[in-house]
Amino acid sequence: MDLSLSTRTEGDRTVVVVGGEIDVYTAPKLREQLIDLVSSGQYHLVVDMEGVEFLDSTGLGVLVGGLKRVRAHEGSLRLVCTQERILKIFRITGLTKVFPIHASVEEAVSATD
Amino acid sequence: MAHVELTLSALPAHVRTARLVVVATARRAGLDDSLVDELRLALGEACSRAVGLHAKHAPTAPVTVTVTDDATGLTVMVSDYGPAAEPTSGDLARDLLDSATDDEFDDVIDPDVALAVLTGLVDDCQIDVTEGRTTVTMRWPLPATPVGVSGPGATSVSQV
Repeated sequence: MDLSLSTRTEGDRTVVVVGGEIDVYTAPKLREQLIDLVSSGQYHLVVDMEGVEFLDSTGLGVLVGGLKRVRAHEGSLRLVCTQERILKIFRITGLTKVFPIHASVEEAVSATD
Repeated sequence: MAHVELTLSALPAHVRTARLVVVATARRAGLDDSLVDELRLALGEACSRAVGLHAKHAPTAPVTVTVTDDATGLTVMVSDYGPAAEPTSGDLARDLLDSATDDEFDDVIDPDVALAVLTGLVDDCQIDVTEGRTTVTMRWPLPATPVGVSGPGATSVSQV
C-alpha cells in the first residue's frame, strides 16, 4: 500500500492523517507535506498514524525533522498511535521521550502540556 | 531447505519489492504471524539503510537479499557495499535529533541508527563489516512442523 496523506484543521491544530507505508520510497512525500504546513504558518501539528502499516527509520527521520521545524517556531508535533508494532520502533529509538504520543486525535488536539 | 536470493538495484521502490518477497517466503516457511511483522519491519529497515548507502557510495552496485529456511530456522541476510560502523550504543533519540541539522533540516538518518534499530528489533541479529561491505544477518525460529508446507518447493522424504 502506498502512502496516503490528508490534512484538516481542528482549532489551532492541524491534523495530518497518514495511512499506508512510510518507508524510504514514500517518506519524501510526508517530508514535503510537513514542510508545506510549516511554510504556511501551521506550527501545531498532530500526526495521526493509526492507519500506518509500516514505518522505518527513514520515516522516523522525517518526523524528527518535522518536530525540529515546528519547534523552531515554538510549535508542537504530537503523534497519535496505538499500534504496538509502530510504538515498538519509537521505544527502541527512545523517541517516546521526544514525541508526545497520544491514544486518539481528540486527546492530542486537546493536549496543552 | 529453501533458498531465495534477490539482487536489487539500489532504488527506494525496490525496498518494497524485497519486503513482499521476503515476507511471502517467510510465511511459506511457516514463520509465526507474530514474527512476520517483526521480519517485515527489520527487512525494510535493513534494505532502506542499504539503498540509502548505495545512493551515496555505490549507486550502480546491487543490494543482495537472501532468505534461507532450514532446520535451524529462517535466516535473512542483507548485504551492501556501503561503509558502516558498529551500531550506535548511546542515546538513539539524541542521534536522531542530531541527524537533522538546524540549518538545513536534513532529515537523512545516520545509517548506523538503522543498525541500532535492527539490533533492537531482532533478538538474533548479527552485523558483519568487512572491506567496506556490511552484511546484516537476522534469524528467526520456525515451528518444528511448518504450517501449510506442501506442493512445489516443499521437501518431503518417504521411505518404502
